[in-house]
Amino acid sequence: MSTAAQERTPLLELRGISKRFGAVQALTDVAFDVHPGEVVALVGDNGAGKSTLIKIISGIYPADEGTFLWEGRPVTIRTPNDSTALGIATVYQDLALCDNLDVVGNLFLGRETARPRGPLGVMDEVEMETRAVAVLRRLSVKIPNVRIPIASLSGGQRQSVAVARSVMGENKVVFLDEPTAALGVAQTKEVLALVKRLREEGHGVVIISHNMVDVFEVADRICVLRLGRRVGTYDAKKVGREQLVGLMTGALTGLAGDEDRPAQAEPAP
Amino acid sequence: MSSTQEHDPRVIREQGGMAGFLADYRRRLAQGDVGQLPVVVGLIAICAIFQITSKGVFLGSFNLVNLTLQMAAVGTISVGVVLILLLGEIDLTAGIVSGLCAAVMAVVNVNMDMPAPVALLAGTLTGTAVGLFQGFWITRFGIPSFVVTLAGLIGWQGLLLYVLGPKGTINLPGHHPDHFVVTDLCGTFFQGALAYGLAALFLAYVALGPLLTYRKRKAAGLSVQPIAFVLIRTGIVGVLVLAAVFELDSDRGVNLSLVLFIALIIGMDYVLRRTRFGRMIYAIGGNAEAARRAGIPVQRVRTIVFVLASTLAAWGGMLSASRLQAVNQSAGQGSVLLNAIAAAVVGGTSLFGGRGSVWAALLGIIVIQSISNGMDLLSLQPSIKFMITGGVLLTAVTIDAVLRRGQRTSGR
Repeated sequence: MSTAAQERTPLLELRGISKRFGAVQALTDVAFDVHPGEVVALVGDNGAGKSTLIKIISGIYPADEGTFLWEGRPVTIRTPNDSTALGIATVYQDLALCDNLDVVGNLFLGRETARPRGPLGVMDEVEMETRAVAVLRRLSVKIPNVRIPIASLSGGQRQSVAVARSVMGENKVVFLDEPTAALGVAQTKEVLALVKRLREEGHGVVIISHNMVDVFEVADRICVLRLGRRVGTYDAKKVGREQLVGLMTGALTGLAGDEDRPAQAEPAP
Repeated sequence: MSSTQEHDPRVIREQGGMAGFLADYRRRLAQGDVGQLPVVVGLIAICAIFQITSKGVFLGSFNLVNLTLQMAAVGTISVGVVLILLLGEIDLTAGIVSGLCAAVMAVVNVNMDMPAPVALLAGTLTGTAVGLFQGFWITRFGIPSFVVTLAGLIGWQGLLLYVLGPKGTINLPGHHPDHFVVTDLCGTFFQGALAYGLAALFLAYVALGPLLTYRKRKAAGLSVQPIAFVLIRTGIVGVLVLAAVFELDSDRGVNLSLVLFIALIIGMDYVLRRTRFGRMIYAIGGNAEAARRAGIPVQRVRTIVFVLASTLAAWGGMLSASRLQAVNQSAGQGSVLLNAIAAAVVGGTSLFGGRGSVWAALLGIIVIQSISNGMDLLSLQPSIKFMITGGVLLTAVTIDAVLRRGQRTSGR
């Protein structure tokens, strides 16, 4: 999967991203890319800069330095609207769902099907429900009833609704921040299956996780950050779990197989 | 609607038809999802008690007409309060703004000798301006609405006294054969065929909505409520409405202010349930941050809702002035604000935002006004009336809280 994806232009490519908050250099010269039909895991210990990177990509903070390429074209991302207009969706840990609205209401929140257009348009509930059911079925999300309030769903179902919402529009790249952090075993499996289905549909998926088991289960490539710098990007099949932990904690400073530094790519004896 | 391919054994499978619907309703009741049931039960109990203690006067046609006249004013204010509560905000100025706008209307109508429509427009615009000011202040400076409207409660009271001037009371002109006067809002009655025609219009609206939805959902292959249920519900509402119109018609008839109030409820309910703007209000009340991230202009919606609430308060105040045929220094004070909030809450609107409906304001105002009216019939002392009203409000909110607690544990 990853080699096939490598040959195409990345959906989103970042080069030389730096960000400073007062005396803290949060990110230094970070590069990152994601291809269509690929799951990239973004890993790193606390304070590595994962959240800052995500917030820069979703336009919450502008980067101090660096360039963005979207499907090979240079673009600027300075506001959340820039990011969503390109087709980048982010599912944060707090999910941002309205507990009092039903599943259909949440899936279409802020982009309800209505006639005429505009805030006073009358919503077409039948159309929205039909489309919601179709999307959930396509992604094999199991929800007992799309007309019950979100509050009555399980954690995994809520996460699935949040992820499904991120692909309701024309989004091509989806960032998932710790999607399995609060979930049980079966629910985690459900959400990871959903991530794989997004990949099959050709989305670029970026998953931020502390859970190494999840990372190895779904990721094609793994990008490791440490103290605001990128340690390296590795093929998930060619890197071991201990090695990854070593890279995250600084016990290892580099590893054979770093795609960005092919010159060093000689395995240690 | 089930989107499961393989069935999850924990999910109770929905049976089709009436039996399945009833089973589902029973299950929801057991889990505490009681909807309007406690209010309806409470209302029946209140009517029974007052009907007996007043020796049949309470539900007599004369008193029912009075009740409808009393309802429309505070009910209109209460619709605005529902909108505010849906956002999870509070507006303590709902009462005093109704008085202020009525005073402006009276000054324009009587002191400045302008025609009634101009005066009513002036009162309405005063409400709009007050709402715009408060909404701006709350959203621009991020001050809790409780504090801003608490300041407003005092400030607008001062303005009300200032507007009324040293005399303190303005009497509105009585009915005039040639032109419309403000007191006609509560002095106009529809009788006979006209009254039943209005009732038929209302019933057509009540029946048509669910039937159209039923057809559209059926055509799209979505789950539907059994048609029998839709018909039975419409039938029950129909019998009640026709009985009420029959009673009202045997006295003075159906009042214009009541018709305006019901029309307002139908219109506002449509906006809340069917338009994107309404969905935005519920979304902000449910999770303002989620709404913001979904691209909803949260602060603008908040401001608009404060404008709507104050404008509705203005209408309520002017209806009240029309009924009392005067505006004085105590207009919109005392129990007006508390009754408007109580009506919204008794009808099942949550104080924490995101839950409730405009129909709740209707049911709530019927309950609150029935209690107040019934106690007047029994000529109770104000001291006793205040204590009973407080007790009823506390009981209603407690029933709601206890039932919702049951709901939380069953995850609904």
